[in-house]
Amino acid sequence: MRLLTHNMLSSNIKGVTNGFPLRLQVEKSVEKEVDLNPDFLKNIFPKIEWKALVDASRALGYPELPDEAEPSMLDSHDFLKKFHHALLELHVEEGALICPETGRNFPISKGIPNMLLHEDEV
Amino acid sequence: MPSRPELRAPPEFFYNEEEARKYTTSSRIIEIQGKLTERALELLALPDDGVPRFLLDIGCGSGLSGETLSEKEHHWIGLDISKSMLDVALEREVDGDLLLADMGQGLALRPGVIDGAISISAIQWLCNADKSSNEPRLRLKCLTRGARAVLQLYPENEAQLEMITASAMRSGFAGGVVVDFPHSTRAKKYFLVLTCGPPSLSSALPKAKTEDGESCSDDSDSDEENKTVSISDRRRPRKKQKVNKKGKGREWVVKKKEQMRKKGHSVPPDTKYTARKRKAHF
Ligand SMILES: C[S@@+](CC[C@H](N)C(=O)[O-])C[C@H]1O[C@@H](n2cnc3c(N)ncnc32)[C@H](O)[C@@H]1O
Repeated sequence: MRLLTHNMLSSNIKGVTNGFPLRLQVEKSVEKEVDLNPDFLKNIFPKIEWKALVDASRALGYPELPDEAEPSMLDSHDFLKKFHHALLELHVEEGALICPETGRNFPISKGIPNMLLHEDEV
Repeated sequence: MPSRPELRAPPEFFYNEEEARKYTTSSRIIEIQGKLTERALELLALPDDGVPRFLLDIGCGSGLSGETLSEKEHHWIGLDISKSMLDVALEREVDGDLLLADMGQGLALRPGVIDGAISISAIQWLCNADKSSNEPRLRLKCLTRGARAVLQLYPENEAQLEMITASAMRSGFAGGVVVDFPHSTRAKKYFLVLTCGPPSLSSALPKAKTEDGESCSDDSDSDEENKTVSISDRRRPRKKQKVNKKGKGREWVVKKKEQMRKKGHSVPPDTKYTARKRKAHF
């Protein structure tokens, strides 16, 4: 699971009003290189919850993202490189996502979060 | 045994390790799923600016549909209820992120973040939901305004398709069904094309492909913003409920009546006659 996906996921357990961001528990992570595409980054930037991305990338041992970001920064190649790396190249392989409201644990195994709900959570 | 796989077993059991491997090594299936995905992408009508988008593949399976998205450089998240299918996707090193999830449980995604959703040959499984809890619903709030969802499905019959479409329209989607090759039983393919948010020029329903270039489509639109498609029509024979010889008993009846009262139904008061066995009169 990339941090792009983590940034979009939100707990949908019945009754939960604010399921975002899911707390990230990392047991194992990997890096995979991908080509940087500035257009993709510019298109996705407005949809990113920046603080959640900063916190998640720090949890993965990548402290390079600035605390705040605004669209004008997308003109800086240095910024794009860091944004790209945090968003698309860091993967959580083993660990868990934890619902901020209920504490329910969604395990991540082989990079795949298990988001299946029990019947009483739907 | 019924011929349609949805009628045989729930998807997470039907797509077991063996079936997942069989499915993904069939060159015929690989080709068909690739073509269907290309067509779905065409119907998604993403802006033609070469910018890679962020897409969702609902019922992504072993990643055959997702691979076509990657070929066009798009990033995607795929979700599927079958762990075995996802394991094959991992082996094939697909580029999208995978989630083990049930599309009928509502998608665990923030609203408004996805540029478009596709689903290839998966939605018909929802019509045969096994969970007793709920009528299955596909929630698509994660789409951005004006984004489309293109759902290719194998409806069991016209009535089922009409029901799903009507439900989508009632929920404020614009769009309808595109039927490619309507006159050929084998090539005929149904695509439910939904646009979320107010209808615009871009939400006009695209033309279907036909042998003779003629188009046929069904149209409808609406203004509201609610993005749920309900899907029902259970066909799988339900498991026979176990009934114990003594019947359900007074306690059970009283509990049930209390539940109904809480829901606001008018229910007769509990008396000494409640749940008493009646003599067989003739
Ligand atoms: C015929 S396969 C199609 C897979 C892929 N889209 C492709 O084109 O190859 C149907 C898939 O739908 C999945 N599916 C069925 N019901 C589902 C549900 N409720 N939630 C998520 N996936 C489901 C099945 O596990 C299976 O992988």
